[in-house]
Amino acid sequence: MATRVGMEVSIAAAEAVKQANADVIAAYPITPQTHIVEHLSELVNNGELDAEFVPVESEHSAMSVCVGSSAAGARAFTCTSSQGLALMSEIVYAAASLRLPILMILANRSLNSPLSIWNDHSDVMSIRDCGWIQVFAENGQEVYDHVFIGFRVAEDRNVLNPFMINIDGFILTHVIEPVELLEQEVVDRYLPPYQPLYRLHPDSPVSIGCFGPPVLFTEAKKAQNEAFCKTMPYIIKAWQEFGDLTGRYYHPIETYRTEEAQTILITQGSLGETASIAIDMMREKGEPVGLVKIRLWRPFPFEEFRKAVRGAELVVVMDRAVSYGGPGGPLAGEIRSALYPQEDHPRVVNFIIGLGGRDVSPEDFVQMAQRAKATPGQWYEIYGVRE
Amino acid sequence: MDKYLDRLGIYAARLVSQKEYFVPGHRACQGCAEALAVRLMSKASRTNTVIACATGCIEIFSSPFPLTSWMVPGIHVAFENTAAVASGIESGLKAIMRKGRIPLKKINVVGIAGDGGTSDIGLQALSGALERGHNMVYVCFDNEAYMNTGIQRSSSTPFGASTTTSPAGKVVPGQTTWKKNMPEIAAAHDIPYVATACPSYPFDLMEKVRKAAEIEGPAYIHILSVCPTGWRLPPELSIHAGRLAVETGVFPLYEVERGRYKLSIDLPELRPVQEYFRIQGRFRHLTEEMVNKIQRRVREEYEKLKKKVMMTREG
Ligand SMILES: Cc1ncc(C[n+]2csc(CCOP(=O)(O)OP(=O)(O)O)c2C)c(N)n1
Ligand code: SF4
Ligand SMILES: [Mg+2]
Repeated sequence: MATRVGMEVSIAAAEAVKQANADVIAAYPITPQTHIVEHLSELVNNGELDAEFVPVESEHSAMSVCVGSSAAGARAFTCTSSQGLALMSEIVYAAASLRLPILMILANRSLNSPLSIWNDHSDVMSIRDCGWIQVFAENGQEVYDHVFIGFRVAEDRNVLNPFMINIDGFILTHVIEPVELLEQEVVDRYLPPYQPLYRLHPDSPVSIGCFGPPVLFTEAKKAQNEAFCKTMPYIIKAWQEFGDLTGRYYHPIETYRTEEAQTILITQGSLGETASIAIDMMREKGEPVGLVKIRLWRPFPFEEFRKAVRGAELVVVMDRAVSYGGPGGPLAGEIRSALYPQEDHPRVVNFIIGLGGRDVSPEDFVQMAQRAKATPGQWYEIYGVRE
Repeated sequence: MDKYLDRLGIYAARLVSQKEYFVPGHRACQGCAEALAVRLMSKASRTNTVIACATGCIEIFSSPFPLTSWMVPGIHVAFENTAAVASGIESGLKAIMRKGRIPLKKINVVGIAGDGGTSDIGLQALSGALERGHNMVYVCFDNEAYMNTGIQRSSSTPFGASTTTSPAGKVVPGQTTWKKNMPEIAAAHDIPYVATACPSYPFDLMEKVRKAAEIEGPAYIHILSVCPTGWRLPPELSIHAGRLAVETGVFPLYEVERGRYKLSIDLPELRPVQEYFRIQGRFRHLTEEMVNKIQRRVREEYEKLKKKVMMTREG
């Protein structure tokens, strides 16, 4: 029987990495991901997880250790936040192009400057195009579950691609939530040991990471993009099978009370739970409002997304990052280009909220929905600025 | 000098395997001693080897997709992270062998990089790897500049050398800093084995690689790799230049085994540095005063090294 416990989300994530029987963990401290690696080091030092715990000297090396060990055929895990991600980003890109099934948890935190240890999505948006499969988790259960799902998808021979789980720093990492833990036997059934297609081993020599001359580079990138786009059905299949085993089904896009909705709010990550309270409040007053949550960020689920907002007149996109001098936030830019090919697309209004740990309440969502409706021609706004 | 080489030749050459693990067809410049050093290193570390290679001349001349000169498995990821990638390979192999997923086998994990990739941008990753004690060999191929990007100075470029970012100008005569002492920095990590080598002394080089691979724990080898293109020297003088570097004391060959220093070739007398400088275009502009200054420093450094040998001698 699966057990339901109250647990700090970071601890639940580490417990999942243990149950996933990771081989190599590269660890470097940065708030707010630190509790995850701290707990993993405990598990290793107490003999509960048989893994190499590599306490690297930087995040750049953390990702490099993951790349080396994954290429050698090991199941590799690391996590980071913000500045750590920025520092490792060079190797984040390399990991994807080398098609290595590494799992990383990114505890989202804003990027300097000014220094802020608190949550927003400026870190992940800086590597949006790095070629990793990227999901946003909404609560502790999703974080725990996606450790298994992430490895399973990444290591699928039809996928072979690194996988990133975004979890909101502090808002998720440091809270105690009810988490239903899986029996080890269920995990083992869902996630078989990693069987690499190629590995660095003298018995079968390969040269990995050769340089790409101009005559081949474009072709290599096209192949990578095609392979990446083709991961979608395998991600969906992995979610489906996880649901069949556990009763918890996940989808690229989640909808909440979108039936007959004229206005639809769009969120990523933990904002979804707060927004759904706002939806209930507005629905109670008879307002036709719904919520769409983007779980799968890359590859972007265009079809599912268009279906989810079909019929709406107004789409209100909540971003937690700024694209300076651009179209508002990065999510809004994405949504607009997803909707543009539709002849009759809804109006898109963008609010940039929750930067650097700024709280967002259900009332804020109600206000933003009203303001978007009342202000035709509005493009984007950084919301909640203290004047 | 020759008497030492002759003696080595008697037994060493016959023991060296005919087998090549770094094969011809690569695109190194004529007379590239870095390519020769890689070949000798590969001969010594043999088949049970996995390579992590940094960006730089070696990567570029050895593996343009879809070709490769490597008969042993290898990975190139980036410029500054070779030691970390090698740490990862070592950790990964160790974990999956321990967990019974692949058979137990001794595999040499070897990280290779240039002097820029080692003493500048890769120093942090290297220091981390050495400190953590991974069972791996790290080899720095020191051609004393960023050659792959067009002969820019590094912290390993010797004093006075003219490069494209330390040009011999009217006011500043080339590199103004002394060469960073990378082998000493590696030794300061208290690792079991550090050595310097040069492909002009092939058996010595191979012997050191073999030793490094056998020793449990991290080992560091610093190989002076003459670069005719960057040093402005005729390709046929590569081997000769390497010998002169050693015989003038500019690049002494030594080992530090578990803290004990040992000269691989104990020169009764150093040749004048000018003999080494004369054949290289990068030193052409040196004034007598500069040469004398370097000469003094080379003698001092050599004496320092000899003192370390004395102080750490057994018994
Ligand atoms: C992060 C980063 N910075 C700069 C470069 C450009 N770069 C590639 S190779 C190289 C020079 C390599 O010099 P060295 O390590 O001495 O090796 P060599 O080519 O001399 O053998 C440089 C500067 C890079 N690839 N990555
Ligand atoms: S530039 Fe120098 S090190 Fe690079 S391939 Fe040519 S000779 Fe060798
Ligand atoms: Mg160099």
